[in-house]
Amino acid sequence: MRQHISSAAVDETLALGRSGARSDLFGPLRGYLRQVANLLWKDLVIELRTRDAVASMLVFGILSLTVFNFAFELRADSVLLVAPGVLWVAILFAGTLGLGRSYSHERDRGSLEGLMLCPVDRSAIYVGKFLANLVYIGLSELVLVPVFASFFDVPVLNPGVIAIIALGTVGFAAVGTVFGAMAVNTRAREVMLPILLLPVLVPLIIASVKATGLLIDGEPWSQTWAWVNLLVAFDVVYLVASFLLYEYVLEDWG
Amino acid sequence: MSLAEPAVIRQPGRRYGLGRLDMLGLVAFTLLAVTIGMALAYAPRELIQGEPQRIFYVHLPMALVAYLAFAIVFVGGILYLWKRRPVFDIVARSAAEIGIFFTTLVIISGGLWGRATWGTFWQWEPRLTFTFILWLIFVAYLMLRQAAQDRDRSARFASVLGIIGFLDVPLIFFAVYLWRGLHPEPAGMPQQMAITLFVGFAAFIALFAYLLIHRVSWDLKRERVEDLYFALEERESTT
Repeated sequence: MRQHISSAAVDETLALGRSGARSDLFGPLRGYLRQVANLLWKDLVIELRTRDAVASMLVFGILSLTVFNFAFELRADSVLLVAPGVLWVAILFAGTLGLGRSYSHERDRGSLEGLMLCPVDRSAIYVGKFLANLVYIGLSELVLVPVFASFFDVPVLNPGVIAIIALGTVGFAAVGTVFGAMAVNTRAREVMLPILLLPVLVPLIIASVKATGLLIDGEPWSQTWAWVNLLVAFDVVYLVASFLLYEYVLEDWG
Repeated sequence: MSLAEPAVIRQPGRRYGLGRLDMLGLVAFTLLAVTIGMALAYAPRELIQGEPQRIFYVHLPMALVAYLAFAIVFVGGILYLWKRRPVFDIVARSAAEIGIFFTTLVIISGGLWGRATWGTFWQWEPRLTFTFILWLIFVAYLMLRQAAQDRDRSARFASVLGIIGFLDVPLIFFAVYLWRGLHPEPAGMPQQMAITLFVGFAAFIALFAYLLIHRVSWDLKRERVEDLYFALEERESTT
């Protein structure tokens, strides 16, 4: 079977996963982390070489900001009212696009089947994919948020808002990584992902938009706190659930 | 399916009179008629909301049955992923379909009441929003089933979505209530109202059980027919 797996990163993963020093207590954990790191590296290398996901997410995100500008005519008096919503819709739409991209090349090349033949834990594949998606979305936010701040002159570049964006992105990527794998294996792939993802994300959307709005308005943290708690709860619930459920999605890939 | 159903499935020794399931259906529809009668004639007129309040006696039981259906989808999903017996998936799928049916009715009956009381069919009010988002999740559930290419994958994906969707329930609940502020709850009701509501609950739970059992046994038969067809084709191709 090994000759089918062309990617060097996969071979490396295989070797490292096995050679993790077993003598000490944390040996297996170290091996697992190495597997995850190699899986993540594989995705990042692919992204570096193709610039598929991040580039399309960025262009799409900036396009949606532009469309919102005309749709809402963000004038000085209304800009603060709709700004949090605009930012989050741009992030979610761009992110959904990226989540779909990160699986479509796996499917086109049959590369995930290769990974499934490797002696790596299926949950390691999840963690690697989740981290890769987190990096993609994070990278596009790195450009999207400053562009948003300067386009609409909204003070979002402060630690509070950035923390909210980070928390929201973690939950988004956690669910999106599972749903992306399901959607790409159905007949209506491109349509399926947002249909699955958006309803489940509703609590995250409400919490992120509310918290961002409160922080932009300069409200004290005490008001924002409930929303932060909700975001943290969402992240924890779906990181755990996705981690456990991912292997059932992968069972017969392709 | 209707073409093949009778001849293949009919097994010797089964009675074809009024079965236990038909009795359950009879009980359900009788109770339903009683509920409607009691809601219209027995329950007293509500002082503030007036006559439109009477829709509440079917509205609330339907809502609870819808939530019950989604809990069954969740449990069925877990059991299917764990035990891999198709029947768990069939139960989950049937419960999801019936759940969507009742959720739709809840939203419509709520809208009618809202039109009469608030003056608008729809309000982004916590409970409405909550129910509507559940409806969206389970519409996605059925669409995913449609789009998955084979039986096994459809069952696995749907189970995963059923679990993830149900885990969302407390989060959605918390989010929409925090979002719109707390809504005042009814402060207690006269006995006639409580009795009518209780009969309503019984009626809809019986109706739900009837529909669910019917749907599950129908699906089991359908899968059996599919398997038989498959076996027949194989035998023909080998001989």
